[in-house]
Amino acid sequence: MTTASEIDKKPAVTALRHKDLLGIADLSAEEIALVLDTAEAMKEVGTRPIKKVPALRGKTVVNLFYEPSTRTRTSFEIAEKRLSADTLNIAIGTSSVVKGETLADTALNLEAMSPDMIVLRHSSSGACHFLSRICQSAIINAGDGMHEHPTQALLDAFTIRERKKQLKGLKVTIIGDLLHSRVLRSNIQLLTKMGAEVWVCGPPTLIPTDIRRFGVQVTSKVDDAIVDADVIMLLRIQLERMEGAYFPSLREYFRVFGMTEERLRLARPEVMIMHPGPMNRGVEIASEVADGPYSVILDQVANGVAVRMAVLYLLAGGAEHEDAA
Amino acid sequence: MPVVMDADRIGRTLARIAHEIVERNKGVDDLALVGVRTRGVPLARRLARSLQEITGHDVPTGALDITLYRDDLMRHAVGPQPQVRRTEIQFSIDSRKILLVDDVLYTGRTTRAALDALIDFGRPKAIQLIVLVDRGHRELPIKADYVGKNLPTSLEESVQVRLLEIDGQDEVVVDGGAA
Repeated sequence: MTTASEIDKKPAVTALRHKDLLGIADLSAEEIALVLDTAEAMKEVGTRPIKKVPALRGKTVVNLFYEPSTRTRTSFEIAEKRLSADTLNIAIGTSSVVKGETLADTALNLEAMSPDMIVLRHSSSGACHFLSRICQSAIINAGDGMHEHPTQALLDAFTIRERKKQLKGLKVTIIGDLLHSRVLRSNIQLLTKMGAEVWVCGPPTLIPTDIRRFGVQVTSKVDDAIVDADVIMLLRIQLERMEGAYFPSLREYFRVFGMTEERLRLARPEVMIMHPGPMNRGVEIASEVADGPYSVILDQVANGVAVRMAVLYLLAGGAEHEDAA
Repeated sequence: MPVVMDADRIGRTLARIAHEIVERNKGVDDLALVGVRTRGVPLARRLARSLQEITGHDVPTGALDITLYRDDLMRHAVGPQPQVRRTEIQFSIDSRKILLVDDVLYTGRTTRAALDALIDFGRPKAIQLIVLVDRGHRELPIKADYVGKNLPTSLEESVQVRLLEIDGQDEVVVDGGAA
């Protein structure tokens, strides 16, 4: 049961300022809190016998995915359906893209059919910003290249907040392929905005040179990163994005950076183990850890639906000020 | 800013409604209270306390947020969304008589949304509506079963219910309109 003060807690902001969700970079701490608070209400909808509310009736959402995705695409689609929106999935393999149509032409043609929102996943960083300039519809970034994956960072934050009550003051350690990860870029911006102490760790070849400007601690010594951590987030070794030789072998990566039960003992007793998926078991994470008591990996997936419902709901009403002009 | 109900009057009114609930339902056996956020929730909790005192039985109490069911959601092309809060109904409403509690009954649109929301949780045996103030001007065919106070108002006036749990004091005031 909530107390009366919780019932009436007034949020610092009641709407998002932008018509799109392109990245965490555009969100203030107050806007992030609004999304997370709204997601709490949305999570309850998923526990009902009838998991559907009429909020987005008559709205059309296009899911435009230029890269393979199981979790994110399914999660968005379930979120859209729970809010009663009409959804349309464009699978690039069977679309005109294979005939050579550009992203701009595809988007403008889709927009001619008046959707309200477009959820875009694309392999090029900045694809969502580009679309946002040429489209009237609200654009939601479902991952663009190596740039951002804002809804993943929001669902990670939601999952942490659910367990730890707040993000402020927590030591959050992120280990893995820091160079190619959009999940990392969204997460470090969100976590630092919310007052967490963020450590990032990986092989020196996979650490971007400008990473320190985000205000994070950087190390290649995995024990330093893990010690006293409240949250450990593991990132996938993205073999499909690796053209060079960044480390000798997957076995060696696991030996030096892999999350094992033994290594985990350095962290705080109630440490949370997170992974945005898909996991490479035996590379960045040992199976005993992935399936162990500290793992919240499946909670992350479950919370993804609630967080995406919150984003869809908050953007469906349009922007508060700036883009309205 | 005329005060039309003070703390004493609100207390006596809720006590009377609690007795009416027991009389009309011949006890509290299959009853449950559901407060409409925001101010229906503390009112429902107070009624549950009174019912406990009168009958010695606990009545399950929940909170309902109707935002996602509003009929004016998405009506404006551009505008901020009303804030969604958590619905908490931790009991089955199937085959129960649900006492829906709100502070003010006005157009009836909130009640319409609340009825739709409740039906998504199951099939109650009946739904009865309790309001602290009925200010008239209905736009839908909705009527309260228990009314704390009938308060004839003009459309220009606004009725504010303030409650201890949220606003720090109990009172009902009417603002605006022609003097």
